[in-house]
Amino acid sequence: MEYKRISLWHSLDWWTVLLYLILVVCGWVCIYAASYDYQHSNILDLSTRSGMQLVWIGSSFILGFLILLVDDDWYKVFSYWLYAFVILVLILTIFIAPEIKGSRSWLVIGPVSIQPAEFSKFATSLALARLLSGYKFKLLTFKNLSLAAGLFLLPILLIILQKETGSALVYLAFFIVLYREGMTGSVLLFGFSTVLIFIISIKYAESFFYATPLGEIMVLSLVIIIGLSLIAYYSKGFKSIKYLLIVILGIFVPSILASFFFPFDVTYVALLVLGLICVYSIYLAIKSSPKTYSLIVVLIIFLVSFLYSVDYVFDHILEPHQKRRIEVSLGMIDDLNGAGYNVNQSKIAIGSGGFWGKGFLNGTQTKLKYVPEQDTDFIFCTVGEERGFVGTSLILIVFLVFLLRLIFLAERQKHTFNRVYAYSLISVLFFHVVINIGMVIGLTPVIGIPLPFFSYGGSSLWGFTILLFIFLRLDAGRTRR
Amino acid sequence: MNNSNLAGGTRRQIIIGFICLIVFIYILQLVNLQIFSDSYKISADNNAFLKKTLYPSRGLLYDRNDKLLVYNQPAYDVMVVMKETSTFDTLEFCQILNIPYPQFKKRLDDMKDRRLNPGYSPYTPQIFLTQLGNKEYGVLQESLYKFYGFYIQNRTARDYAFANAGHVLGYIAEADKRDIKQDEYYVQGDYVGKSGIERSYEQYLRGKKGVEILLRDAHGRIKGKYEDGLYDQAPASGKNLKLSIDMDLQAYGEELMRNKTGSIIIIEPSTGEVLCMVASPTYDPSLLVGRKFGDNYKLLLNHPNKPLIDRTMNARYPPGSTFKVAQGLVFLEEGIIEPSTHYTCNMGFPAGGGRPKCHPHASPLALVAAVATSCNAYFCWGMKAMLENRKKYSTIDEAFDRWKDLMVLQGFGYKLGIDLPGEKRGFIPNSQSYNNMYKHRWNAHTVISISIGQGEILSTPIQLCNLAAGIANRGHYYVPHVVKEIQDNDLDTLYTRPHYTGISSRHYDPIVEGMHRAVTGGTCRAANIPDIAVCGKTGTAENIGKDHSIFMGFAPMDDPKLAISVYIENGGFGATYAVPIGRLMIEKYLNGKISESSQWVEERIRSAIILPYGIQTN
Repeated sequence: MEYKRISLWHSLDWWTVLLYLILVVCGWVCIYAASYDYQHSNILDLSTRSGMQLVWIGSSFILGFLILLVDDDWYKVFSYWLYAFVILVLILTIFIAPEIKGSRSWLVIGPVSIQPAEFSKFATSLALARLLSGYKFKLLTFKNLSLAAGLFLLPILLIILQKETGSALVYLAFFIVLYREGMTGSVLLFGFSTVLIFIISIKYAESFFYATPLGEIMVLSLVIIIGLSLIAYYSKGFKSIKYLLIVILGIFVPSILASFFFPFDVTYVALLVLGLICVYSIYLAIKSSPKTYSLIVVLIIFLVSFLYSVDYVFDHILEPHQKRRIEVSLGMIDDLNGAGYNVNQSKIAIGSGGFWGKGFLNGTQTKLKYVPEQDTDFIFCTVGEERGFVGTSLILIVFLVFLLRLIFLAERQKHTFNRVYAYSLISVLFFHVVINIGMVIGLTPVIGIPLPFFSYGGSSLWGFTILLFIFLRLDAGRTRR
Repeated sequence: MNNSNLAGGTRRQIIIGFICLIVFIYILQLVNLQIFSDSYKISADNNAFLKKTLYPSRGLLYDRNDKLLVYNQPAYDVMVVMKETSTFDTLEFCQILNIPYPQFKKRLDDMKDRRLNPGYSPYTPQIFLTQLGNKEYGVLQESLYKFYGFYIQNRTARDYAFANAGHVLGYIAEADKRDIKQDEYYVQGDYVGKSGIERSYEQYLRGKKGVEILLRDAHGRIKGKYEDGLYDQAPASGKNLKLSIDMDLQAYGEELMRNKTGSIIIIEPSTGEVLCMVASPTYDPSLLVGRKFGDNYKLLLNHPNKPLIDRTMNARYPPGSTFKVAQGLVFLEEGIIEPSTHYTCNMGFPAGGGRPKCHPHASPLALVAAVATSCNAYFCWGMKAMLENRKKYSTIDEAFDRWKDLMVLQGFGYKLGIDLPGEKRGFIPNSQSYNNMYKHRWNAHTVISISIGQGEILSTPIQLCNLAAGIANRGHYYVPHVVKEIQDNDLDTLYTRPHYTGISSRHYDPIVEGMHRAVTGGTCRAANIPDIAVCGKTGTAENIGKDHSIFMGFAPMDDPKLAISVYIENGGFGATYAVPIGRLMIEKYLNGKISESSQWVEERIRSAIILPYGIQTN
């Protein structure tokens, strides 16, 4: 036992712990500022949120310490059991949780409310790590890939059933882990371009460039670039598409110029070009690798047909409030009273901070409660208003350094289990940070998920602490065998 | 076991690259939000700061004897912040405010209409209803808790101690779009002087608004003062004014002018201070206060007697025979005549074939007699002599323009610059006017009617009174003004330095003598008051309808205390109404009372009704 303690002390990554402490302390300061009230200036008053958060922070430290004391093998051995237990709790939650703000995701046990979805992240990460590190496990078979994806699609399904779509979407981040472990990048590319096409075609649905619909031509150009890059990537060099590129530019550029004088719809030209690319791909498929190149054709056809069905999807499949959120976050409508109120107020709060900020406790927007959820989901506003650009960019950079440090640690792991777990941690954190800050500064749709280590809330802080400290424990034990 | 780690190198780099790219994009957006765009800062201030205006009390007005004329009474405005309102019982609200529902609806729509109310914002307090009465205020105050977003703003409204001098005092009203555009001091709902002293001394009277910066949370609740009131500004009260008006005299004048159209102006020649400025018909200034303003204003505006027109300076008439004294002065100054110069008159101007006509008197006659009897021919001879004098002037144009210059110097043809808005300039033609009118083919005979104050000549009653003041001072006048003192400030030097008439003071003696003789034995014998040496000149201005009756003069002759002009529209001969009114005013001011011998005159004037439309007012 004595030997182990000393070894743990020495092999623990103190940099990560330091960054964790910085984030937690900054988070607490922001919560204090956001919930500051002249009547309650006692920081230890448990009736205030900052006082309560101190309790959560203290208990998180204890929790982290306890996690470090547990033997790292234990996590590996019990990973499936933990996963099974968490899934069971998630199912149970759907039925026994009271409805709070339209969702059934909080378990109320006496005076404490906990959100099981926050704890299923580390269990899912452990299970995924266990699966991918299995003896002779090959991810690249369809069966195994489905199995891995199934591991995190199950909690997505359960959490959606709890009507917490935001928290559920977080699990999509696990695709990044699969990518890191060898899944073909085209899945990510495919997913990413689908989202991009969706956004562009909706945002520019009504815009025209001379006689050309702007959204369509942008998407088609994007598909052309994707198609050409894929061909170039798989045939290892630009040579193979050199002539194709010349032909395409030869058709495209004059027709765009011509459309200035004789307005016509350039999208037809773009479709013609895409047809050419498909023909060339089929030629390559026959000549060399049938599977790869026919996949490119399929991808192009899918993306184009997706483009033309987006309007239908948007108008008929999405719920009105989802449509509204998307429209507002794309800046298509200015609804400052409804869905846009939160984002607008949060942009006002951040924007009013200026370069240096208004100073600690001087933020008027957050202090006067103009920003909703300002100590949970919109906590970043407080940084923006009181600390200005200096504060916001600094926090972003601390998160960046934190993630890069974790990637560095992940890559030094000898065991696949450790690495997969590390990337799970990284992916989840990254997703939270991107969506949360993106939403606060008006770049991503409003999805109510907390900013890791910052936002007020016991479940979220405990969840992230457990997620992080299990990895720190794994990392500390990396040299043991 | 570490198979996938081999390809992991590039994949790790792609992931790192992706993360860095996102962070970079986010930092760009933060630069955009926090460094380059100001609109968010403004929005934030509008959000959080409730700037509550503290209204100063408007300056008070006193008369020359320190009688308080105009003061302030509390009034209450109902303000609303639309963003903070929730559904409420509109019916009850209308009942409390004592307004019909359609008016409530219209007021709300007008308020939101940015064309009518450019400063509208649902986040800032807007004026919903102005000048609530005390009773409505009391009821509303009690039930205000039911109407979220509505507030009561304390204001002051004007109150008047006398029902007189409406034109001089003026009125205040809500600032309109033009006021707001011209001076950024005003916001929608502010009060601004619209006429009279209220307008011309607005800068002094309005004081300075103060501001109290309150912090307001997202629900519109006030969370205290910003920085403990560090940036608050206390309002500064408006300056009090002491008018030169003698309110007793003014009231007496208005009493005499009841049921007559016209004006009485009395100026103290030694200072230019206006002692009274009666325009008739007039109105009670307290009509244009509070919520009745709109209705009353419309009523006054549409009244056939046009009581809103200030006839002391808005009306222009031919000066008639009173102009002859100015003519005499010009001829003397230019050496055209000597006091001893005699001209003939045979019931008319002989050189004009007996036109203009005259009335029977001795002929030939000298200047003093000509003034006293108001001989038309004498001044026509003078005009002819001046315009045809080729020794002194090379052309008729030169002669005429010299004549015009001297008339302008005596205060005709341009605005005098009285400290009241809306003064008209009158009209004195120059040679150019006639060249245009007659295509260079005109001579002394063409324009002869201006010699006796008819023809193209137009003057305002105040210009005529000013002429009297200039004669009383024997050669200079002070620009007439109605404000004597401004609290903590000096009067504009325009009103404190003398303006010279361009005529040597020695030339005034025969004119003054003539005017005195007119009173003692000439055309205005009715103004002959025992113990007071009055100098005067009557006038009868030809008019399409019945002629206007005019009196102009000053008294006492050797130590003038007042200069006066009286205009009675359609009053007939000057001697009929204007002279007796002048007499009563002079007596009232100099003696403080009307002597027994004058009482019958007073009685006659009071009961006289001379109105074009036969509409009487009380």
